[in-house]
Amino acid sequence: MTNTTYTVIFYLFAAITVFSAAFVVFSKNVIYSAFSLLFTFFGVAALYVFLSADFIAVTQVIVYVGGILVLLLFGVMFTNKIMLTDLKTEVLNIVPGILLLITITGGLVYTFLTRAEWFTTASQLQGSVVERIGFETMSRYVLPFEMVSILLLLALIGAAFLARFDKPRKMNQK
Amino acid sequence: MSTGALLPNSFPLVMSTNLNAWSDALSELHLFGMPFGLIIIAAIPLVFIALYALTYGVYGERKISAFMQDRLGPMEVGKWGILQTLADILKLLQKEDIVNKSADKFLFVIGPGILFVGAFLAFAVLPFGPAFIGADLNVGLFYAIGIVALEVVGILAAGWGSNNKWALYGAIRSVAQIVSYEIPAAIAILCGAMMAGTLSMQQFNLLQQGEYGFLHFFLFQNPIAWLPFIIYFIASLAETNRAPFDIPEAESELVAGYFTEYTGMKFAVIFLAEYGSMFMVSAIISIVFLGGWNSPLPNIGPLSLNDWTTGPVWGAFWIVMKGFFFIFVQMWLRWTLPRLRVDQLMHLCWKVLTPFAFVAFVLIAVWEIYVK
Repeated sequence: MTNTTYTVIFYLFAAITVFSAAFVVFSKNVIYSAFSLLFTFFGVAALYVFLSADFIAVTQVIVYVGGILVLLLFGVMFTNKIMLTDLKTEVLNIVPGILLLITITGGLVYTFLTRAEWFTTASQLQGSVVERIGFETMSRYVLPFEMVSILLLLALIGAAFLARFDKPRKMNQK
Repeated sequence: MSTGALLPNSFPLVMSTNLNAWSDALSELHLFGMPFGLIIIAAIPLVFIALYALTYGVYGERKISAFMQDRLGPMEVGKWGILQTLADILKLLQKEDIVNKSADKFLFVIGPGILFVGAFLAFAVLPFGPAFIGADLNVGLFYAIGIVALEVVGILAAGWGSNNKWALYGAIRSVAQIVSYEIPAAIAILCGAMMAGTLSMQQFNLLQQGEYGFLHFFLFQNPIAWLPFIIYFIASLAETNRAPFDIPEAESELVAGYFTEYTGMKFAVIFLAEYGSMFMVSAIISIVFLGGWNSPLPNIGPLSLNDWTTGPVWGAFWIVMKGFFFIFVQMWLRWTLPRLRVDQLMHLCWKVLTPFAFVAFVLIAVWEIYVK
C-alpha cells in the first residue's frame, strides 16, 4: 500500500476516535454514550496498530471492549430509572474549566515538545514484539508485574466478599 | 525452551509453494489504481461463511438432527429436500423487516451488524491452507480469541434495542456466559501457545508439519494436551451459545433470547454470525491442537500418503474438513444433551473448568521445560 493510503486510513481512524469520544461526552442518552465508547476504543486500537504495537492493540480491544465496556453496559442496564434522569451536558463553571483546560493542554504540549524522545526513524519494527514483551515482563519488570497481579487478586477477593450473601449461617440455625 | 521461539521467521519452509503465496499475490493486485485484491481477500471468508452456513449449517443441521431423532427431516423440496435451503432463503427475503414501535431504532438496527462484524473479524487471521491467510499477524491467535469481545457488545445492543424482557434477559445471560467462559478457553489456548512458542496462526501449522501426519499434532505430542483440548471444546460450545449451553436462547423460557424480535434479513445476519463463530472456534481448536491445514495421513513406507495430500488446495480441504468435523460434533451434542441451568453453567465454568485449565497449564509448562 502507498503512503497516501496509510495517511487516509490513519485520518479515518483518528476521526472515528475523536468524533465518537465527543459523542460520549455530549450525548444525553447514557446508553448511546456507552455504545459510542466502542468506536472510541476501536479507533485507539487502530492507532496502536499504526505504531507497530499490535500486541497492545489487541490487548486494548480485550481489556477495554471485552472488560470495561461490558461492565459499563451492565452497570447502565441494571440501574433502575437510568433512562428517566436527565443528563446534564450543558457547560457549567466556564472559567475554572477553561483554566484547567489551558493548564493541562499547555503542560502536555510543553512535555511533548521538549521532553519526549520520539522515534523519528521511518523504519518499522521488525519481527515479533510478543516475545520481547514476554521476556521483559518476566525479567526486568517481574517485580512490578507480580505486584500488579497481587493487587488485582486482592481486588477480586474483595469484590467476591462484598457481593456474596450472608445466608449460610441462618440456614444452619434452622 | 527452544531458540525457534525467538526467531519466528527462522523455521524452514518444507512446502513446495511458498507460505501465503496466494494471499500475497492477491494483496498486490491493483485494478484501476485501487487495491482491489485486498477486497477479494476480505470477500473470500465472507463467501465461505455464506455458502457453508446455507448448505451445511441450515440443510445439514436439519438433516443431522432428523437422523439423530430417527426422523427424515426436510424431504419435500427437491430430491431428499436438497433445495430446502433455497426455499428458506426465499422465505427470509420475502419476510417483512419489522422494527418494533417501542424499540430503540438505532441500537436495534446496528446490533446484528456489530454481531456479524465481530464474528467475521476473526476470519482475518484464519489460514485457509498454507497459501492463503488474510493477515499473518504475529499475535494472530490472541487476536482471534480477543475479537469475540465485539460480538458481546453486539448482543447487548440487540438485546437492549429490542426493548423486550426476553431479549434483554437473553442478552444478559449470553454475555455473562461468554465473558465467563472466555477464561477457561483462553487458558486452554495458552497451553497450546506454550507448546508452540508462538501466537502466529501459520507458525502453529508449520510446527505441526511432518511425515508422520497426525503424530506431529500437538494433541499427540504431549501427554496432557487432551485436557486443554477438551476444556477448550466445552468452553467454545458456551461461547457460541450452542447446546448444552444454549440458555441465552432457551426456547422454553425465553422464546428465542436476544434475537426474539428480529425478522427477515436481520435474523439471517444473526444466524450467519452464529455459524461464522461456530466455524471459527472449530478452526481454532483444529489449528491449535490438530494441525490445522496439515494432512493427518502418515507416510507408510512407499505409500507416502502425507506427501500426496499436502499442498495449497489439500490444505484448504483439511482445515475446512476439520472445522466441519467439530461443527458436526457440536450439532451431535445439541441433539443429545439436555440444557444446563444457569447456576450449573456458572458452577461448571468457575469451579470445574477454570481449576482444571490451571492444572493443565502448570502440567504442560512442566512438561515443556523439563521433559521435552
